[in-house]
Amino acid sequence: MNDSSVLRAFSAVLRRDLLLAMRRRADVLTTFFFFVMVVSLFPLGVGPEPGTLRTIAPGVIWVAALMASMLALGRLFAVDFADGTLEQMLLTPAPLAILVMAKVLAHWLVAELPLVLMAPLLGLQFDVPNDVVLVLLGSLLLGTPTLSLLGAIGAALTLGVRGGGALLSLLILPLCVPVLIFGAGAATALATGHSAHAQLSLLAGFFLVALVLAPLGAAAALRIALE
Amino acid sequence: MLEAVALTCVRGGRLLFRDLSFGVEPGCILWVCGHNGSGKTSLLRLLCGLAHPATGVVRWNGSEIHREREEFQKELVYLGHLNALKDDLTPGENLGFVLQQPGAAPAIARQLRERGLAMYLDLPTRVLSQGQKRRVALTRLALSRARKLWVLDEPFAALDAPAIEDLTQLITAQARAGGMVVLTSHQEVGLGDVPVTRLRLAGGSLPQ
Repeated sequence: MNDSSVLRAFSAVLRRDLLLAMRRRADVLTTFFFFVMVVSLFPLGVGPEPGTLRTIAPGVIWVAALMASMLALGRLFAVDFADGTLEQMLLTPAPLAILVMAKVLAHWLVAELPLVLMAPLLGLQFDVPNDVVLVLLGSLLLGTPTLSLLGAIGAALTLGVRGGGALLSLLILPLCVPVLIFGAGAATALATGHSAHAQLSLLAGFFLVALVLAPLGAAAALRIALE
Repeated sequence: MLEAVALTCVRGGRLLFRDLSFGVEPGCILWVCGHNGSGKTSLLRLLCGLAHPATGVVRWNGSEIHREREEFQKELVYLGHLNALKDDLTPGENLGFVLQQPGAAPAIARQLRERGLAMYLDLPTRVLSQGQKRRVALTRLALSRARKLWVLDEPFAALDAPAIEDLTQLITAQARAGGMVVLTSHQEVGLGDVPVTRLRLAGGSLPQ
């Protein structure tokens, strides 16, 4: 298998998933509005005290992004599994891990990137200063791909299991804790007058490790699920 | 050629078959028969490498399929019970993504038209009937003549008489061109003068 055919297989899966997302916009919008609603409920529930809101903002936005991400992950492989596409993906000469990576990238572009881009606007509701908003944006950009990659393992492991959605969250949320801590921590650090470099570097490190290992894990789980 | 050596398959604690050995030579068709639950689909999934046998190996041109996975899968077309079509894509888009050949779109459209699907080229696959979806899935065969091994699970199910005729022609042409076809079917279909080996699975006994 030469590089160009692997690349072709990668881009075919990516284009197919993006095209499907375009044809089924409702699924994408559900996740997006879930995120917006959850984040917007906090200022209403907690009250208009600016100091409190500024403190909780990074954590709230990060947790909401995590929840929204779980919501969409259940569909990552389930539809392909049900209609037989996954079977055919396993029989493609290209390595399955590469195809998993394409699916995760498509998922991130469709389900997570809009949330990340929306975060600065939602930050306004919490009266977050501009420099903190920038760091929050950066931490989400570095952290959410890791969430998608970890989620892919969970989605593959829970394939075909009844009530897989709840199980997926139980499996994956603990693994997301470090990403959450350093993601929200980066913005908090800056807000309290420290540098966010350490947290952002760690997030980048998590991402790279997940990028290499998660597709392999998810591919192995998919093979088991289809056996 | 495709070889199965001493395959044993156990599903859900039930022994489906044991020590099953056979070979499929170029230009031959292997017709797997047996009643429901005798392990036909399980056998086909073993032959494709989607599942692992409890014992035994499947070889393609002398090497084990899981070891030379890439070489094997380049030559394989598998059509299972599921059509692997996305409801929201058009038939042509579906086939395009499966085939992954740049510039195949005109050939795909032509083959779909030949199969009486000209009116559905721009519609989502969702609106097609069960038999029409099956036809779209089987159109893949007409576009995959270069692949040596076809493994077809109940390819004649849900098809009408002209579609069955078209499919038997595709299968016999493939065998005459030196390809190998493994299929299951409950329907009796004439495959002309092509050598057909029948493999009957008795199946379903308890493990001893």
